[in-house]
Amino acid sequence: MIRFRSKPLCAAAVLTAMAVVATGCAGAGGTAAGGGGRSISVLMVNNPQMEDLRQLTAQNFTRQTGIHVNFTVLPENDLRDKASQEFSNQAGQYDVATLTNYEAPFYAKNGWLTPLDSYVAKDKAFDQGDILKPMAESLTAADGKLYAEPFYGESSFLMYRKDVFAAKHLTMPAHPTWQQVADLAAKADGAKPGMRGICLRGQPGWGELFAPLTTVVNTFGGTWFTKDWQAQVNSQPFRKATQFYVDLVRKHGESGASQAGFTECLNNMSQGKVAMWYDATSGAGALEDPKQSKVAGKIGYVAAPTDKTDSAGWLATWAWSIEKASKHQDDAWKFISWASSKGYEKLAGDKLGWSRIPAGKRASTYSNADYRKSASAFAEPTLNAISSADPRHPGVQPRPTAGIQFVGIPEFTSLGTQVSQGVSSAIAGHTTVPAALDKGQKLAEQVAKKYR
Amino acid sequence: MTTHLPTVASAPPPTRNPRHRLPQPPSARRRKGWNTAWGLTAWGAGLFFFLPVAWMVLTSFHSETDAATNPPSLAAHLTLSGYREFFGSATGQSPLPALINSATASIGSTLLVLLLAVPAAYALAIKPVRKWRDVLFFFLSTKMLPTVAGLLPIYLFAKNTGLLDNIWLLVILYTSMNLPIAVWMMRSFLAEVPISILEAAQIDGAGLLTTLRRIVAPIAAPGIAATALICFIFSWNEMLFARVLTGVAAITSPVFLTGFVTGEGLFLAQVCAAATLISLPVLAAGFAAQDKLVQGLSLGAVK
Amino acid sequence: MSLMSRATSTTARVAASSRSPGPEPRTRLARTGSWARRAPLLPAMIFLVVVTQLPFVVTLVISSFSWNSLDPTSRHFAGLSNYARVFTDNELRSAVGTTVIMTVSIVAVSLVLGLIIALLLNRAFLGRGIVRTLFIAPFLLVPVAAALLWKDALYNPNYGLLNGLLTWVGQLFGSHHPAQPDWLSTMPKTAVETSLIWQWTPFMMLILLAGLQSQPTDAIEAARVDGAGPLQIFRYLTLPHLRRYLELGTLLGSIYIVQNFDAVFTLTSGGLGTANLPYSIYETFYQAHEYGQASANAVVVLVATIVIATFALRVVSSLFREETQR
Repeated sequence: MIRFRSKPLCAAAVLTAMAVVATGCAGAGGTAAGGGGRSISVLMVNNPQMEDLRQLTAQNFTRQTGIHVNFTVLPENDLRDKASQEFSNQAGQYDVATLTNYEAPFYAKNGWLTPLDSYVAKDKAFDQGDILKPMAESLTAADGKLYAEPFYGESSFLMYRKDVFAAKHLTMPAHPTWQQVADLAAKADGAKPGMRGICLRGQPGWGELFAPLTTVVNTFGGTWFTKDWQAQVNSQPFRKATQFYVDLVRKHGESGASQAGFTECLNNMSQGKVAMWYDATSGAGALEDPKQSKVAGKIGYVAAPTDKTDSAGWLATWAWSIEKASKHQDDAWKFISWASSKGYEKLAGDKLGWSRIPAGKRASTYSNADYRKSASAFAEPTLNAISSADPRHPGVQPRPTAGIQFVGIPEFTSLGTQVSQGVSSAIAGHTTVPAALDKGQKLAEQVAKKYR
Repeated sequence: MTTHLPTVASAPPPTRNPRHRLPQPPSARRRKGWNTAWGLTAWGAGLFFFLPVAWMVLTSFHSETDAATNPPSLAAHLTLSGYREFFGSATGQSPLPALINSATASIGSTLLVLLLAVPAAYALAIKPVRKWRDVLFFFLSTKMLPTVAGLLPIYLFAKNTGLLDNIWLLVILYTSMNLPIAVWMMRSFLAEVPISILEAAQIDGAGLLTTLRRIVAPIAAPGIAATALICFIFSWNEMLFARVLTGVAAITSPVFLTGFVTGEGLFLAQVCAAATLISLPVLAAGFAAQDKLVQGLSLGAVK
Repeated sequence: MSLMSRATSTTARVAASSRSPGPEPRTRLARTGSWARRAPLLPAMIFLVVVTQLPFVVTLVISSFSWNSLDPTSRHFAGLSNYARVFTDNELRSAVGTTVIMTVSIVAVSLVLGLIIALLLNRAFLGRGIVRTLFIAPFLLVPVAAALLWKDALYNPNYGLLNGLLTWVGQLFGSHHPAQPDWLSTMPKTAVETSLIWQWTPFMMLILLAGLQSQPTDAIEAARVDGAGPLQIFRYLTLPHLRRYLELGTLLGSIYIVQNFDAVFTLTSGGLGTANLPYSIYETFYQAHEYGQASANAVVVLVATIVIATFALRVVSSLFREETQR
């Protein structure tokens, strides 16, 4: 019973000690974060190129300019949630955020972004003319002003294991059709113990599953909406494409497909667990880095598979934009100007290897000898894919908005995500494609009504 | 009455284990074997339950490639690289601000909860207001409302008052989140204070402060500790509010952890290291005070 | 075990004081004015009303607007149209079902498991304190950390521990291609529930263990002398004694599990039919930015919760039934 009194005392002591430690550290932490100098806050997606940027910022950007950068780095789905909440409320927590060419135009229309034209005009070293045309255009809003600068751009292509294909005596055409890919996947399935034929995203999310799937829908002749806003989600071509995709993943796709996004597929490919992968061109950099990939040098790259169209690759870019409510606009531009510069590409190339630089945005990148040497495997296919992408005519019919793997309206985030959950369930075998798409059609009709 | 109610200081320690006083049955040896089997079963079940935690800690000390093997490599050599990653060796992002924020939010809200809950519990248990039952139900019912339903107004409020990304907003919210349970628990503890003793103290002319210090405090102290521990745990663990209402300056450990899943390559060992370290304060506090936990949680049932 | 002695002496006191007759001492204490009695209660009450009730009034107002924050120009008063949609919303309906199934199954299973473990621990054996610590650990893990642990280190179909163990067992029996199920896709609800049961069983165990240790030993001794077997003792003495502890576990467990967000968010992102109510409202608010619709959903859930909670509290009020008014 003597311990009766001492126990709570002990607990109280522990708590007090923690409080002391906390307040003690708070002082130190506060100065470290806030600092006497200037600082900006950047919200960005956790793709490899951004992770590299985060590593290089303190030693270079902050050292040169004295501007401290606080990064919040989130997985893609989380990032979109956070960014849309932040910008729509103009909460002012962040100065710079990575947006894609999906959000930037309608964010700009809503007055949430700072136009960059005057910064670009003053900043000669930045050399706006060097930015690839399709990229710059996709970040220009309806008012003709530029609202974001690309950090890296990507299209999509098909990656395959040359060694595995050679061993199995398979040939990959330079412009494969989806039917050819499905046949190859069947033959490559099990080429090595535990190896599956192809990796395709199955994780719910309009920017995850529906990025590749919409390109399949496009080339199969489907679309989300017709020019006059008629929903087409359970139309025959859309259903055929989705059924094809789901069947292919279920039969020859990676294990855990219904929860696999870009990251998981990158892991699968780089660890040699799949023979093919249809995804972003930006995945190639990581695959060719021997430090993190077991398959560097063994990968071949060909154009995105097609069916009824000549090309099918998407066009996407992660681009920096400045929030209208930001109180550090000039510092924010300084950061963007550094991160999207030729100089940063050189820095990343020298420090981390040229295959890992944020490519796909500048013409000069593709004439750079260092880059061409290290990215010889995929530099050309990437540039071809980007320049053959046409956001205004991605399929067989006219579209109401510009965009390949998305529909350029705010409602698409939730529409795409909800439909993707059904398709993901179909991949997991819990529902059927027609059932998932019938549900999707109802949702799409509700959205379309607003625009008719 | 008072003979039944030993005061805290003079209470004779009851038997350590009541069963030891039972008359030994004739076949003591069989009973011993039975005991061994019982102990082995309990140990087996305990280890089985603990396995995921052990696996997490072990994986946190493996390299990323060893962590991602199938079948698992148990004997792989150990490394601290997962922990170095956690402290920002690759990203340059230190977890310290997040840990400090979590500590501030948890400890701050716990203190505030106690400040509010102890008087309230006093008013429900020692000198109960009329209809104290209804009041207690009111407290508990606020706990049943889905927090997510109030999220939007709170977000809009925070944005317009500049409280977004401010750790003190979380202190306030965590206080409201834990207050009902704290009042419930504290009332149970204070209800243990025998009225007759309070009566006696009053007759002896003891003032309110003396009564509180000499009689109420010793009985309530373990209760306060248990309540504080529970509040601390739930605040430290909270993620929904923290996720929506913080950004850069005020992120807490759970939010930091979700951002720790990197997009590049394998990350299992890092995540395990991060998960282990972020759980450590709660694990330490919980292990140190597990007796309090048992007592604190269960008193609601009897009082 | 100082714990046990304390629990026992506690109940002794509890039992005694609950027997104490109310009226006589009351008269004297009641002399303090009723406002003096209420005063200590007020700060907590006011705090709770302001922080938890006021926002709901705002929610009510917002719910009558058609308001998508991504489309700021289109905000307008919409009357009850959001509510009309609540009742036709399949997602929300399935979220209600998921919430009920998840809560009931998790609470029930962790109560049963918790009871079994508590019974195991309610007996002296070598290292009992350590074993109890092992059991408590899952409850003390940060929920997000636990969810990540299950998702990436246990369920992962490529290198998770579960499939790793299957490979091992397979190798023992000479199979080179043991089954490697994809746990999260093939059994999403069970997977989420399992991880939560693992976290909440220790909580139930702690409550029930305290209940077991507060059980008066003389009654058991008497029953044993009368020739009652262990099963009979459990059925007719232990179980009735534990009733209130079981109720308390159910109450507290339900309160927290109904609101679970972290596990659903981390393990499946609400996919594969695992979206429960908190997640589904979060999604409407935070991903779709349908502020008006999210608020209407929240209000309906709120009203339903109040109805159920009132009912539940009446039932649970048996926790107070036998206590005399002080």
